[in-house]
Amino acid sequence: MSSVLYDAPGPRAKRRNVILTVVFVVLLALLAWWLWRALDSKNQLEWKLWEPFFTSQAWTTYLLPGLANTLKAMGLSMVIALPLGALFGIARLSDHVWVRIPAGAVVEFFRAIPVLLLMLFANEVIARSFEVTTEQRRLYAVVTGLVLYNASVLAEVVRAGILALPKGQTEAAQAIGLRKGQTMSSILLPQAVTVMLPAIVSQLVVIVKDTALGGVMIGFTELLSGRATLAAVYANPVPSFVVVAIIYIILNFIITSFASWLEQRLRRGKKSTGAVIPAAAVGGTTATGGEGGGVPGLGTYIDKKDT
Amino acid sequence: MFDFLSNYNDPSFLGAFWTTVKLTVFSAVGSLILGTLLAAMRVSPVPLMRGFGAVYVNVVRNIPLTVIIVFTSLGLADIFRVTMGASGDVKLQAFRLALLGFVAYTAAFVCEALRSGINTVPVGQAEAARAIGLSFSQVLRIIVLPQAFRAVIGPLANVLIALTKNTTVAAAIGVAEAAYLMKGMIEKEAQTLLIGAIFAFGFVVLTLPTGLFLGWLSKRLAVKR
Amino acid sequence: MKLRKVSAAAATALVLALTATACGGGDKDDNSSDGGSGGGKKIKIGIKYDQPGLGLKEPDGTFSGFDVDVATYVAKELGYEPNQIEFVETKSADRENALARGDVKFIAATYSINDERKKLVDFAGPYLLAHQDLLVKADSKIAKGTDLNGKTLCSVTGSTSAENVKKDIAPKAQLKEYGGYSECIAGLQSGAVDAVTTDDSILAGFAAQENYKGQFKLAGLKLSNENYGIGVKKGDTATVDKINAALEKMVSDGAWETAVKENFGPANYKNEPAPKIGNIVQ
Repeated sequence: MSSVLYDAPGPRAKRRNVILTVVFVVLLALLAWWLWRALDSKNQLEWKLWEPFFTSQAWTTYLLPGLANTLKAMGLSMVIALPLGALFGIARLSDHVWVRIPAGAVVEFFRAIPVLLLMLFANEVIARSFEVTTEQRRLYAVVTGLVLYNASVLAEVVRAGILALPKGQTEAAQAIGLRKGQTMSSILLPQAVTVMLPAIVSQLVVIVKDTALGGVMIGFTELLSGRATLAAVYANPVPSFVVVAIIYIILNFIITSFASWLEQRLRRGKKSTGAVIPAAAVGGTTATGGEGGGVPGLGTYIDKKDT
Repeated sequence: MFDFLSNYNDPSFLGAFWTTVKLTVFSAVGSLILGTLLAAMRVSPVPLMRGFGAVYVNVVRNIPLTVIIVFTSLGLADIFRVTMGASGDVKLQAFRLALLGFVAYTAAFVCEALRSGINTVPVGQAEAARAIGLSFSQVLRIIVLPQAFRAVIGPLANVLIALTKNTTVAAAIGVAEAAYLMKGMIEKEAQTLLIGAIFAFGFVVLTLPTGLFLGWLSKRLAVKR
Repeated sequence: MKLRKVSAAAATALVLALTATACGGGDKDDNSSDGGSGGGKKIKIGIKYDQPGLGLKEPDGTFSGFDVDVATYVAKELGYEPNQIEFVETKSADRENALARGDVKFIAATYSINDERKKLVDFAGPYLLAHQDLLVKADSKIAKGTDLNGKTLCSVTGSTSAENVKKDIAPKAQLKEYGGYSECIAGLQSGAVDAVTTDDSILAGFAAQENYKGQFKLAGLKLSNENYGIGVKKGDTATVDKINAALEKMVSDGAWETAVKENFGPANYKNEPAPKIGNIVQ
């Protein structure tokens, strides 16, 4: 194989690669051995600590209700954040300064604040000023925090999605006499939605991970706090963390795979303009931290595809 | 109006934000190093290393940071006895463990940013460089890295900003940073809105200038193709 | 274009899932909890879900523990059969709010009576006198508070019990914080933590768990007096009186003793005798 960095390997390089492989295998084996020894010496490998995860009750009583709440918060947040994000994204592209600047300020503000703080704050405000039950309050606080943050991230995705469309689209729309609003609603937005679909899907990964903050800090009964109750019953905090981490990995892996599948389809699609905001452009997959982040280097993607 | 701020000494308002800054800076340096190592693995000619890099990145970035941070304390410290050279000082230990968690987590994102930066360099350039007889280190030094570095500033800036905000998760294992203090204040004081505004302002001060400066820098240095 | 169909299908699926979960969550809230006495109505009671021996959500979805038994007895006296009880998780920080808003009729969740809380809620009881204590390894040499100097003490984030120990008894103690006691106890088992502090009743419940049996002991320090009361909405004196009568009956007919034996027996926990109603040990 050839890459930017090196040529196809010759005999010497091949030998060197074999040596490197062997050294690396030894290092990995040492690490695995150390992990195993430490776990074993602290009795964390005892079957009775792991056994609960092979009973159906551990799942139906603790983990699955938690997972359901995680997904519920994720779904609600996305459904609310998407239109809100679209609104702000379009507002940032407005010709009027008095629309553009405030929209930009709101977006930048909420992108600058940790989701955790937004949740803590929302939790307190809802507790003091609204008549909702405890369980509802936690859900609303988590969703509020997630919506405020993710709407501002999605606003950037929408903006980038619209900017990624070839300029000819706008010009053609103007040429046939469409107004600005018409251009946006019937030419640009429909195309932009397809363009940014992968990025939107992979933003779900960020949301899923952020729901865990609600579990730890404000007691929302999502997957991670379902784990806490489970660990209190079976007295197995370490194994339960491992199992829950695996659940998150699988869930997010499914979402990520779906996003990149979408992206590939869109790239191959003949009818589209070929412009795609890659899934990797948003926090979930690359370049940004999970809880937070923004849209890295969208400018670069836009430059490259806008031809 | 801000009187209540001075009632808090452990940590104080500024002290808490100073901890946030320290967490951010140290984690940024650490994750840059680990992330570069991982990126080197992901683009290396050894298939096993590439595989390991890919697995690491895909596993770590799919786990909630909260899980990672709590696990540094519950797993690393309690089971594996990684005391981070602070076995006699639990608060310092929690700080360093959180640091380790942030480095492990952020490195996955740094790795992906670097890798995508290297991928922006067209293969033809490297081939042309090799064709005119440049050695491997020359190709890397003169052709690939300068371009990759420029392409990477924007994404890395976003990682840094995300990291700044992510340090709030350290509150979960009792590191006395900004979110830890805010949670305490919000439970004791009545002025929720004011407290929220103060802490929000603190984070805007920390993240916005960084973002603006690095954004400007990445645009300035962008490689025009 | 195929993709459009795919995204439409995805959107539909998402919406369906949402409405399904929303409905699932919604119908539970319809059974409102107000109304003083029985009939076909349900009563909502706040308990803890994660404290073995006091309030625990069992794998089969039922609840166990001393708080649960007391709550069930009291509810019966108020006219509710066990199948009319709906237990709700009330975490420590949420208890006052849940009562003020009427989410629950009353709360039996290791709820210590103190002056600050009395401003916000009314208390019936007390029904148990517990003490802040230390849980240590069975072979530990920690016997008094000052032994904690230089040792690691674990408690949950936001709890004041560990801070009080550090302030008043052992200024050189190291504080480790976790989200829950089960993490602290795991640290105690692995030796990373030297002592766990909170109410002895809670600690005893954890120590009696299958995986930990015989490994830990209570130091028996009685660092504080925790009078567990049943929290009721501020001003609802009628309910307070009814609950007090129920608690008195529970003690006199021996049900209290049975509940103590059943829940604390395995923990080898030397409980205080049943407290007199209204007699708060300072």
